[in-house]
Amino acid sequence: MPGFQLDYLKVILIGVLAGTATRINLLRIDYRQYPGYPHGYLAHAALGFIASALGAVAVPAIAKPDYVAVTFLALAAQQFREIRNIERRTLESLEKTELVKRGMDYIEGIARTFEARNYLVMGTSFVTALAAHLSGLPAAGVTAFLALLASRYFMSGGVIGDICDVVPARLNFEYAILKVNEIGIINIGLKSMREKILRDGLAVMIKPRDGNARATVHDIGQRMAIAFTASVILGTKKDIDIAEFTPIARKNPDTGEVGLYIMPVEKDIEKLIAAVKLTPVLESARSKPLNAVSNVKAVEEKVV
Amino acid sequence: MNGMPSGTILAVITLQMEKVSGGAPIFFARDEEEQEKIALYLSKILDAMVHDLENGTYVVVRH
Repeated sequence: MPGFQLDYLKVILIGVLAGTATRINLLRIDYRQYPGYPHGYLAHAALGFIASALGAVAVPAIAKPDYVAVTFLALAAQQFREIRNIERRTLESLEKTELVKRGMDYIEGIARTFEARNYLVMGTSFVTALAAHLSGLPAAGVTAFLALLASRYFMSGGVIGDICDVVPARLNFEYAILKVNEIGIINIGLKSMREKILRDGLAVMIKPRDGNARATVHDIGQRMAIAFTASVILGTKKDIDIAEFTPIARKNPDTGEVGLYIMPVEKDIEKLIAAVKLTPVLESARSKPLNAVSNVKAVEEKVV
Repeated sequence: MNGMPSGTILAVITLQMEKVSGGAPIFFARDEEEQEKIALYLSKILDAMVHDLENGTYVVVRH
């Protein structure tokens, strides 16, 4: 055995420390990415602590060697799946009283992300503990840092700004139909409402850069997520008896562009564009029809 | 929210009596001003939205 061998307790401690630090770091990204998400710092930090403990303990278990002990990782996976259910249930019950809905797709995306975070934490603490066990403290430090960078990279995910151009658009009425540029949004009956919407409303056009992006913003869940994020960041004038002020995103069926209309508390078009660009691309909405084209062609040749 | 499925026409407010009939409560208005007012009140009372059919008829719909 090499001379720098740390005892198991220290190895575990280092792993746990690295894992928990990663979770807390990721939490900061979480709240930036999901601004409408209800806060539960302590719960998530505690779960991150447990996850990192599980990851770190695996190293002495293998080194000892007590391979059977590693099966408790399976138990951990079960535990974290439960986190997804808890997240989903919480958000679903909040959804009922939400004036601007998140939408099921968004909820599912958030729940899945929060589950995945714990696996990342577990991985971080595992590799850190492994490095500490094999080559001592400095190596553990470097590994923890690299793992942190890697998890940040993997978990930041895509945002709408990566795949679409977002430009200011004009609200106008064609008789009673409210339009964002040429896209019809909704029929507004009351004249007083029309005037107010023209005065206080904001609109942007979301222009997909390619076919994949078009398929993504075609997804209703994705559009709800965009409207939700925008109304969280800018505020919304909507209330239970003013359905007219619901933020709505509708697409132009011919071009696939999406027009978003919102009645913000803060009328700031730059902020609205930033909010739309910041909206995460939902995993359930992310599709890549363009990548299938070559396959489709091959099959086509066979069929015809 | 309260019982009614979304997309139901809860009330009709019209200037042209001969153009409407049927299931939903119908309110006849004398002029556009009264029509606007009734529509606004009904939308507040019913937590619903007013749509204009542009033939002198407004409908109040819950979404």
